[in-house]
Amino acid sequence: MRAAALPVLVLVLLLHALPAAAQKRSGYQDAGPQVRAMQDDDAANPGFLWVEQGRAAWQASPPGGPACAACHGEIAAMRGVAARYPAFDPARGVALDLTRRINICRTERQSARPLASEANEMLALTAAIGVESRGMSHRIATDGAMAAVIARGAALFNTRLGQLNLSCAQCHEERAGARLGGAVIPEGHANAYPEYRLEWQTLGSLPRRIRACLTGVRAEPWPAEAPEMLALEAYLAARGEGLAIETPGVRP
Amino acid sequence: MARPLVSIPKSVRRGDIFDIRILIAHPMESGQRRDDSGRAIPREIINRFICTYGGEEVFRAEFFPAIAANPFLTFSVRAVETGMIVMTWTDDLGASQFESAEIIVT
Ligand code: HEC
Ligand code: HEC
Repeated sequence: MRAAALPVLVLVLLLHALPAAAQKRSGYQDAGPQVRAMQDDDAANPGFLWVEQGRAAWQASPPGGPACAACHGEIAAMRGVAARYPAFDPARGVALDLTRRINICRTERQSARPLASEANEMLALTAAIGVESRGMSHRIATDGAMAAVIARGAALFNTRLGQLNLSCAQCHEERAGARLGGAVIPEGHANAYPEYRLEWQTLGSLPRRIRACLTGVRAEPWPAEAPEMLALEAYLAARGEGLAIETPGVRP
Repeated sequence: MARPLVSIPKSVRRGDIFDIRILIAHPMESGQRRDDSGRAIPREIINRFICTYGGEEVFRAEFFPAIAANPFLTFSVRAVETGMIVMTWTDDLGASQFESAEIIVT
């Protein structure tokens, strides 16, 4: 009787311990109750101003080519897409985030100019495409050509940067949950972008967020178009694998 | 200005109280900030918001520079009869925008 009960107890303890250790914590959980309430309510989440604008842009025909909708149909057809980006584009031999992917469609298929990652229309399109994947697990390809991109991102994440000589990992892994000034240091995941930050008073891309952290450690930030930025985006997505897409997230 | 997001129930029972919620895309530039070259960025905020129901004013708000960008307003109204709800707001540049919705009272 005794001998049989013990393994059961051990198993129960293991079951309790395992998910806790493996659990990832979205930045949502570190935001205050008011910020979470804002994200939870589509009528109060300012990100939806961009989602609506993106849905309109999806339907609109630019002067030089067909509308996004003319080729892709309803935007609901984009369900799941944001959840598997960044992704490798075999035709062009490069890794793409959603911003780069949309710019390829703009330049090659709409004869339009590429948009900057913080351009309102780009944020609107990435938000409208992203919201279609809300609730799905973020799960990008980590094999094949993506493996090298992710490995480069992992190396950057662990490199000390800037005058403060801190790596991303030193804050987002070693000190996650601790406070920095007034803010809780989150684990630094990529599952809610583009994201509305109250500090920015606008929607912003993941590269913008990363640039803010780089400036915070007094490092020279990479531009959104730099391969280093894409590598970090890919690594963050792989590191946060399984977290639910929250686009458009709200953060302090 | 971009279109606002408005949520109003489609229909309500007479005498019930319902919520009107509106999120307005606006930079609410406070006039306190400077651009990268040090020049003051002129103030440009929504300064007034008015809501009428069946032609009668039911809610009014004055806005000030400390209000964050993309303001969210929520207020309650008692259902009287089927009619139009019209929301109008004006900014410092004198631009007015309005949004309307019909509410059916049963
Ligand atoms: C000095 C500590 C520190 C360093 C170093 C740092 N960050 Fe951050 N990071 C923060 C803090 C604090 C926040 C949250 C800010 C807030 O909410 O106001 C944050 C937020 C983030 C977020 C947003 C998470 C979310 O839920 O939206 C991401 C992504 C991120 N950081 C990535 C990085 C990357 C990549 C690096 C390395 C290039 C990095 N950070 C370096 C402190 C740091
Ligand atoms: C003339 C047709 C055409 C137009 C217009 C077009 N696309 Fe595309 N799009 C494609 C094709 C074809 C692909 C498949 C991948 C490729 O280009 O190699 C694609 C791929 C994509 C993908 C990646 C989908 C995935 O499953 O990975 C996204 C996102 C996308 N387009 C967004 C847009 C947006 C946003 C617009 C409007 C700004 C747009 N597209 C306009 C034809 C078009």
